[in-house]
Amino acid sequence: MTVPAFFFYLFSSVAVASAFMVIAGRNPVHSVLWLILTFVNAAGLFLLIGAEFLAMILVVVYVGAVAVLFLFVVMMLDVDFAELREGFLQYLPVGALVGLVFLVELVLVVGSWVTSPGITNAITAPIPNPAQVTNTEAIGRVLYTTYVHYFQLAGAILLVAMIGAIVLTLHHRPNVKRQSVASQNARTRDTAIEVVKVKPGEGL
Amino acid sequence: MNWMDFFWQTLWPIIIILAQSVLLLVALLIFIAYILLADRKIWAAVQMRRGPNVVGPFGLLQSFADLLKFVLKEPIIPAGANKGVFLLAPLVTCVLALAAWAVIPVHPGWSIAEINVGILYIFAISSLMVYGVIMAGWASNSKYPFLAALRSAAQMVSYEVSIGFVIITVLMCAGSLNLTKIVEAQNGPWGMFQWYWLPLLPMFVIFYVSALAETNRPPFDLVEAESELVAGFMVEYSSTPYLLFMLGEYVAIVTMCAMGTILFLGGWLPPFDVAPFNWLPGIVWFVIKVCFMFFLFAMAKAIVPRYRYDQLMRLGWKVFLPLSLAMVVVVAAVLHFTGWAPK
Repeated sequence: MTVPAFFFYLFSSVAVASAFMVIAGRNPVHSVLWLILTFVNAAGLFLLIGAEFLAMILVVVYVGAVAVLFLFVVMMLDVDFAELREGFLQYLPVGALVGLVFLVELVLVVGSWVTSPGITNAITAPIPNPAQVTNTEAIGRVLYTTYVHYFQLAGAILLVAMIGAIVLTLHHRPNVKRQSVASQNARTRDTAIEVVKVKPGEGL
Repeated sequence: MNWMDFFWQTLWPIIIILAQSVLLLVALLIFIAYILLADRKIWAAVQMRRGPNVVGPFGLLQSFADLLKFVLKEPIIPAGANKGVFLLAPLVTCVLALAAWAVIPVHPGWSIAEINVGILYIFAISSLMVYGVIMAGWASNSKYPFLAALRSAAQMVSYEVSIGFVIITVLMCAGSLNLTKIVEAQNGPWGMFQWYWLPLLPMFVIFYVSALAETNRPPFDLVEAESELVAGFMVEYSSTPYLLFMLGEYVAIVTMCAMGTILFLGGWLPPFDVAPFNWLPGIVWFVIKVCFMFFLFAMAKAIVPRYRYDQLMRLGWKVFLPLSLAMVVVVAAVLHFTGWAPK
């Protein structure tokens, strides 16, 4: 068994096992940690097929940012395990139905899977040639030429979503004292200090 | 395939990589031991103290004495702690910090893995460092560590953004994500004035300050602010787990220094490619530059008072983010219209 094959089986088996642990774990924080392990192993699989840029971006975006916020929220949940188990039987039929529908769909999709006739050519002689162009460069070229409009559209959608989230959560309460850096820096000696002549024995 | 072929084709490269990793690890850990001592000595010198001076001549063996002390103490796991995650957290911190060194070229050709996306790899690893802190804070099942975990998650995610933009400007100038090529792109007739610290001086300053925040160094050490949170996420840790945290933290600091050296100070290049300077091998220059970067880190710790948390957030999001974003646009425009952009 060669080294890449060994790592393929290592990454994929750990990914599947930890993906199972995500749904099998009792503690939601443990589930998120298993999810992170799944992401990291998926990045490892990307590395094995030579998609190093995608692997690193997967780690930076999903593991480094998205999962952190996920963990952040889950940690603050006050989970009552007894209450969770109470509703288990009540929700079981609905859950089973959804699961069944999903399973049937997956079986249908996998069953009707047809490999494209030109796929062997595309794999054996990809355009551009990976020996000459690194895949970072190849992705950049495609993303900023052919798909530049879709790329910018995706960016605009993200911007709108971000502004929406800020607008929904930003409340300016009038009675809260806040630091205003501009007004602090605008203070001069004249506006901040008042010189008072005090006569001896009288006070202010 | 017979046994000899299997040995030479499969096992031998693995043995080579393992040997290189062990060599790097030992060199790095000894370097960290003296960096730790230097940190304490510089701090002491600024405050007109002597610092550690008892163990060995000038206290040179202090770090090794500390190591023995940490390892020989009893590790205490709190009764309410989530045991697995509690012990996993220091391991994650330490292993991730050391893993970043796999791609750092300290000399032409001297890196364990010469990968095309080296800088992204370091960035990815440093963005994972937050997990050690969050897991420790949550698993301790105690109030101060938890507060520290929340603070650190917000802080490290915020400053990663500006570090990302700093890296992007350097990448635009160098035209590659490969660390060796980034260093080689800074080589030129102007010597040290052609390294990116001078043309990209504002980005160097932003990188330095963000690196302080990213590694939880003073003045941004709100994660372990002793006046507010006792010791932050490390309150419940003792003995070897604590040692792993401290080690991971200092390795991450040296990694940031190495990253600053590669991105802005020309890596292993001598200041000028003339007689007295280019006699020294590249690794010596690399170590000198890393030490210089660390000296800046240590001086900031000794001189600057701690930030308030809202000011820290303001600096990250309202000052550094717009500034670095604007610099990306400016640098891109300059490169485009002057034709200096790398091919």
